[in-house]
Amino acid sequence: MNRVTLFAICASAGFLLYILEMVRRRKLREEYSILWLSGSALILVLSLKQDWLVVLAHAVGIVYPPSFLFLVGILFILLILIHFSIAISKLHMMNKKMAQEIALMKANREENAG
Amino acid sequence: MERTPPRILVVLPAYREERSIGGPVRSLREHYPYDVLVVNDGSTDRTSEAAREAGATVLDLPCNLGIGGAVQTGFQFARDRGYDIVVRIDGDGQHEVEDIPKVLEPILAGKADAVIGSRFLGETGYRGSIPRIFGIRFFRLLVNLTTGYRVTDPTSGFFAINRRLIEFYSNHYPSDYPEVDAYILMHRLKARTVEVPVRMYDRTEGISSITAFRAVYYMVKVTLSYLINCIRRFG
Repeated sequence: MNRVTLFAICASAGFLLYILEMVRRRKLREEYSILWLSGSALILVLSLKQDWLVVLAHAVGIVYPPSFLFLVGILFILLILIHFSIAISKLHMMNKKMAQEIALMKANREENAG
Repeated sequence: MERTPPRILVVLPAYREERSIGGPVRSLREHYPYDVLVVNDGSTDRTSEAAREAGATVLDLPCNLGIGGAVQTGFQFARDRGYDIVVRIDGDGQHEVEDIPKVLEPILAGKADAVIGSRFLGETGYRGSIPRIFGIRFFRLLVNLTTGYRVTDPTSGFFAINRRLIEFYSNHYPSDYPEVDAYILMHRLKARTVEVPVRMYDRTEGISSITAFRAVYYMVKVTLSYLINCIRRFG
């Protein structure tokens, strides 16, 4: 096993454990951890089974296997960012609804008080 | 059987308008039978106090939601309290309180679901900056081509709506620059709209580079959200 393989395995395994630990401590919600967990698991598998990477790369017509890894990485990051944009939009909408509810409730309370 | 007169609420969204909000509120309270609601969009100056002192009911939003969110809160208030008609008017002196009866008239007559005050109908003496006029022309084209309405002033923030639109807007109202978007919503609801001439004043003249950038952002954002509203589902 060469050095770069060892490094890739350690890094992706460490990453995977870190995500799991964050979920366990409730610092990361399960729904947001799914993408991270599957991403790091994928990298771990590809570091352990590098011939799979070669097969996959050739299957989609990429000659240089590490390029395929970059491609997967970039697509993964894009996916996570879109996921965040959706989550932020949802929070934005919920925040708006709550602010509106609070304003209406305050007005009701003032009215009842006097 | 005697019919009860329709309950009318005038909604004034206000953000940092401690100096200007009192004027229109006071003249509404003194000369008109309408209820007056000021929606304070998270301003931390004396906007809320000034509006209360002038005699308005005030909704204080805990944070700044932007004009659409603020106006929508007013619609929700009207919905919860059973108002029949909401008039939305600016509190900063852009619109004339005296024009409100004109805007109400077609709704009261049952001829329209929404009445929009237009600065371009009749002799209203409106003089806007060139980019503003260009923007308005652009949106006029967009609205008229897609809805079949004959609109002259698609960005007017001076309008009145009936109960049906109050209920719909309480659930669906665009957040940033709602007026143009509202047309596609009304079109999809098959609402009857009418424009009436009103006076309108620009707050400031000329544009800096920052507002030029904002103007472009505004055009792009509104166009996008307008086109998306054409294909969106409303549950």
